[in-house]
Amino acid sequence: MNSMTQDAVAQPPMTEKTVVMDCKLDKIFYGNFMAVRDSHVPIEKNKITGFIGPSGCGKSTVLRSLNRMNDLVEGFRFDGHVHFLGQDVYGKGVDPVVVRRYIGMVFQQPNPFAMSIFDNVAFGLRLNRYKGDIGDRVKGALQGAALWEEVKDKLKVSGQALSGGQQQRLCIARAIATEPEVLLMDEPCSALDPIATRRVEELMVELKQKFTIALVTHNMQQAIRVADTTAFFSVDISEGTRTGYLVEMGPTDQIFGEPREKLTREYINGEFS
Amino acid sequence: MNARVLAPVAVPSLQHKMEGRSLFSVALSGLAWVCALLASVPLLSVLYLLITRGGARLSMEVLTELPPAGFEMGGGFGNALAGTFVMVGIAALIAIPVGIMAAIFLAELGPSSKMANIARFSAKTLTGLPSILAGVFAYAIVVLTTGTYSAPAGGVALAVLMLPIVVLTAEEAIKMVPKIMKDAAYGMGCTRSQVIWKVILPTGLPAILTGVMLAVARAAGETAPLLFTALFSNYWLYQDGKLDLMNPTASLAVLIYNFSGMPFENQIELAWAASLVLVLIVLVINVVSRYFGRQKF
Ligand SMILES: Nc1ncnc2c1ncn2[C@@H]1O[C@H](COP(=O)(O)OP(=O)(O)O)[C@@H](O)[C@H]1O
Ligand SMILES: [Mg+2]
Repeated sequence: MNSMTQDAVAQPPMTEKTVVMDCKLDKIFYGNFMAVRDSHVPIEKNKITGFIGPSGCGKSTVLRSLNRMNDLVEGFRFDGHVHFLGQDVYGKGVDPVVVRRYIGMVFQQPNPFAMSIFDNVAFGLRLNRYKGDIGDRVKGALQGAALWEEVKDKLKVSGQALSGGQQQRLCIARAIATEPEVLLMDEPCSALDPIATRRVEELMVELKQKFTIALVTHNMQQAIRVADTTAFFSVDISEGTRTGYLVEMGPTDQIFGEPREKLTREYINGEFS
Repeated sequence: MNARVLAPVAVPSLQHKMEGRSLFSVALSGLAWVCALLASVPLLSVLYLLITRGGARLSMEVLTELPPAGFEMGGGFGNALAGTFVMVGIAALIAIPVGIMAAIFLAELGPSSKMANIARFSAKTLTGLPSILAGVFAYAIVVLTTGTYSAPAGGVALAVLMLPIVVLTAEEAIKMVPKIMKDAAYGMGCTRSQVIWKVILPTGLPAILTGVMLAVARAAGETAPLLFTALFSNYWLYQDGKLDLMNPTASLAVLIYNFSGMPFENQIELAWAASLVLVLIVLVINVVSRYFGRQKF
């Protein structure tokens, strides 16, 4: 951490900011197509960092690059670095499988496995050969995902028999059961109704006490409601391509209250989408 | 404010009307219904025939006793029933693991590789293979090298017939597993083989089992490939306290083929009863496979 010097004392007291993931995305390619360029996104610990921007600007691409999910896409290439716990996720010898165990993911479409509620949540624990009491951890994770009360009497029922909102909370429980450092959530509410959406939003705010969350959303109101920091991405359509890039990033109040960039102001005023 | 009275307007009738168009469609559905009925006539009439001709003879005795010789009365086809189970079992032991592994390769590992295209083409061709050629193949590979007709030779012949069905249905089953489910598994930190074993196969299992069952049902009823691989036998495989598979082996299908051409009333009755048993086995397998197939993910 920062070594304390004399002039540090003279500075106004600064709230401690710990960046868990320092993501410098110089260039992200799918084959010859450059999807994202020149975006530097630090993600702070125990905060919700929101990613907003018009569709196709590369929000999902950025998010899936952070835990190397994009390695599964043929032709994917990444220039830059993602520093996480003092290591570069893209460093030499780093195993993407291990990265994904520390950086969990919740997807747009709820995707529980075709197995019981219990086995869904226990999945990651078994994968990591967890030695402790799996039942306790499953219960804890379901409580953490605000789902325990609804499912405690039917843990053996298939996870796919739940409602959409419950399925999404089950997926969150599955992701947090292994206590990852960071949770990446890609439009986790876009398939949910407004009531289920509110529940998941409340849940995210609770979860940030234990986890760090990166949240992609197409819903600006959602970013205002839950994100501490917001990153606004846009697409550059010059030269016949469409490459996404970070326009501006800052505290959510500032981004929506007094954006520095003209493009941000136009976007939040709904002048384009 | 003065209310204006709306002029009465002709309200279009929303009732169903018999026009030429809908008359034609009714006729068409009627025709389709009749065709569907026709399609089920063969199975129903075969069942009717088998029950009336073979049902009377069906008893514990015919299921457990050895086939009678020429003018003998009584007897049964216990050894043929056992032989069918053993040979279909051997075929399943070969075709199911090989078929599912091949399907994993075709669907997941190298779907567009040259090897996959060759394998897929071979499997499709093999489904249309005259079943007697599977017998020729097993005759050359097993009978000639071991020097005897045997249950394993019959099993290999049946496996050749089962393999393409297992491969093609399992490939479809694996492809049906939604991508978002695989994403979830990778996102949890699964390696590729963990994704296959822990998520893709369990999710696709009901559909894979359906294919396996269809393949088993097909193999159980085959006669031609067994004629010169397992041949036939009037004795049990298990004899004098030991099981010897390397001998000619009886099967229901070949028993039916042999006995139905004989001039003896007793043998002909047994052929009818054996046919009924065989059809019932195939029917049960199909019903079970429908049950598996109904479980959705
Ligand atoms: N797997 C892929 N292969 C090729 N191009 C892709 C792939 N995924 C996304 N893209 C492209 O990258 C760009 C950004 O997509 P995406 O990250 O999904 O945007 P967003 O999530 O902001 O809507 C789009 O132009 C899209 O067509
Ligand atoms: Mg997206």
